[in-house]
Amino acid sequence: MHPLLTNEVGIKKLLLGNEAIVRGALEAGVAVSAAYPGTPSSEIANNLFFISQEPDSPIYFEFSANEKVAMEVAAAAAASGVRSLTCMKHVGMNVASDVLMTLAYVGVKAGMVIVTADDPSMHSSQNEQDNRIFAKFANLPMLEPTSPQEAKDMTIEAFEISEKLELPVIIRTTTRTSHVRGPVEFGPLPKEIKKKGRFQKDPRRWVPVPAVARIRHKVLLEKEEEARSLSETSNFNILTGSGRVGVVASGVSACYVEDAINELSASDKIKFLRLGFPYPFPKKLLTDFINGVDKILVVEELEPFLEDEIKLLCKDLSIDKEVFGKGSKHFSRMYEFDPQMVKRAVADVADLKLDEPQMPDLSDLPPLPLRPPTLCTGCPHRETYNAVKEALKELGQEENAIYPTDIGCYTLGLLPPIQMADYLLCMGSSVGSSAGFSIATDHKIVSFIGDSTFFHSGISSLASAYHNKHKFCLVVLDNSTTAMTGHQPNPGIEITPPGYDKPRIPIEDVVKGLGIKAVYKINPYKKKDSIESLKEALSRDELTVVIAEAPCILYYRKVGGKK
Amino acid sequence: METKKILFTGVGGQGTLLASRLLGEAALSSGMDVRVSEVHGMAQRGGVVESTVMLGGLKSPIISKGQADILVSFEPLETLRALDRCSKETVIVTNVNPIVPITVKLGQFEYPDVDKWLKFMKDSYKRVCALDADSLAKEAGTAKAVNVVLLGVLIGLNEVPISKELIIETIKAQVKPKFVEPNIKAFELGYENATC
Repeated sequence: MHPLLTNEVGIKKLLLGNEAIVRGALEAGVAVSAAYPGTPSSEIANNLFFISQEPDSPIYFEFSANEKVAMEVAAAAAASGVRSLTCMKHVGMNVASDVLMTLAYVGVKAGMVIVTADDPSMHSSQNEQDNRIFAKFANLPMLEPTSPQEAKDMTIEAFEISEKLELPVIIRTTTRTSHVRGPVEFGPLPKEIKKKGRFQKDPRRWVPVPAVARIRHKVLLEKEEEARSLSETSNFNILTGSGRVGVVASGVSACYVEDAINELSASDKIKFLRLGFPYPFPKKLLTDFINGVDKILVVEELEPFLEDEIKLLCKDLSIDKEVFGKGSKHFSRMYEFDPQMVKRAVADVADLKLDEPQMPDLSDLPPLPLRPPTLCTGCPHRETYNAVKEALKELGQEENAIYPTDIGCYTLGLLPPIQMADYLLCMGSSVGSSAGFSIATDHKIVSFIGDSTFFHSGISSLASAYHNKHKFCLVVLDNSTTAMTGHQPNPGIEITPPGYDKPRIPIEDVVKGLGIKAVYKINPYKKKDSIESLKEALSRDELTVVIAEAPCILYYRKVGGKK
Repeated sequence: METKKILFTGVGGQGTLLASRLLGEAALSSGMDVRVSEVHGMAQRGGVVESTVMLGGLKSPIISKGQADILVSFEPLETLRALDRCSKETVIVTNVNPIVPITVKLGQFEYPDVDKWLKFMKDSYKRVCALDADSLAKEAGTAKAVNVVLLGVLIGLNEVPISKELIIETIKAQVKPKFVEPNIKAFELGYENATC
């Protein structure tokens, strides 16, 4: 049995924040879940997937083609009265945002939870956008856990809030809450789970044509105020300590503040408000807090989300108090924080003495060799890159070539000695940007996309590129899995996890189905044949697609080479 | 209880995450509050993998400059890279076997002189335990057990309030059955070699 399915009530396990969210969802009776993997959210989806593969599993889970589809799957389940969850990395929310913004208007019937896992410092991401702003943008309630235990508790509460307000509820984590382990106490699993609902037709609610949307926007804003009354009194907004200095924080920043106050022995000097339910912003709670202190320090990574609200509140109420944080340069809008940085700011604002550690002099240390992540030894992508390079060289085109790339392990082709990644925006951008380069330049354009990314957002771009007569060579690096995020299945996979019985969609069929004639398949380990095919593809004055098929070696080993 | 900030560092594939997780699980089963932070995703592809174990009720999952109480490093270059997290009071456990990064092979960097810097460390930090964990792991029957050897050294130094027996119980509970025996042997070898 999957360890998260145990019914041993009261036991404590060391769970990742992401695992705790899954356990919370199970205790809340989630029945339908869907996601596209992305670090740091992936373990939520992975665990839901394995749980869904168990005999007599309580849940349905699917790896959807992308985050937009996943959110639509979960939304429809919740509209039918079945509790649902979707999760994604922060940039996945961009893909799903078309759904999100209007889903807020139509709402849900059963509880629906949307997890967004942000990545300050960009450990595994192309930007560090602050998705708390999506909660405000969509007018949806948001909870922000600080520990795995809270991640579980908040997930359960999020389903309750969602059902009460008939709105989806956002849980926002960051890398340091998703990928931190801590003790989590297990509660009971529901005896029965509502796995099937019934969709009650109501076009004046579920079909937001302009006349309906105008009504629903009003409903949403009313519900937002109702949600605010919940945040005002929520047990997740916790006030501790006493004194004339106020500190406000949420998420992992609140952990740093708590340790700082303890290490500075300052709980009698600092009043600390930890906002676990930060949106809708609890104005009354904050007003009382502000009135009870002389000055306020706001500790939050990335954007001044709470700081701006607090400053606005002070202005509205004509309260003249100093608000420290990003504006006062105590903190940056870039990158994640660390405990000492927060302790320094707390000590500065509260006028406390801070002991800095005594460090040996490291100034003689030579520049340390960097250890960038690399493609694995024996990785098929490496072979494909080399074959493309060789083919271009033989055609005398190497100097003129540019390589729009995409998101996956193969983005590491950026690094020496390969250095074949020249332009990247987001999932699927290899194809759309190649179309632009082919119009705006005379470069030889060779772009790279992985199999999972192809299904995520390559297909519509490829249809557009072919229809508009763009000329480039798209190399699909088909390793039969979603490797970077931990080997999740996608619609094109030939090698499947045990018991996986979903139909395969060969990429070749999709490409040919779009009408593209010049389609080549290569086995990158067959170097000579690959170079010959590539030379032919690269010589044509039209859109060509080369599918390089060879399984990810790590995945192939993991599933024991079984097809 | 006194707080302890323990930093594990190594190269993707060396099993730093298992070492920190075993320590975290053992701490939990002895009733301690504990936080373990891990690195997942792109960095695991042969890059630097750091993890932390925070004991004694600390809530922060990461360690700032100069703040580590203990550093357990699986590779000497990574030990040097992590020195900015150490103070004079830090206890350091380090493997001495280099894993040469691609940037050295490509001639972009020189690999630092390990012996010279080990001497510097022994002169500058409270307690430094440098050993050949790879050989001990091989002696235990599995080259992969470098992580458990180093965990053995850490426990042998008596710097964390977790017993040898508790770690062995945790290995039995957490590691796949066929790897339990060599892992326990690797742990014992590390424990016995905790001499510094």
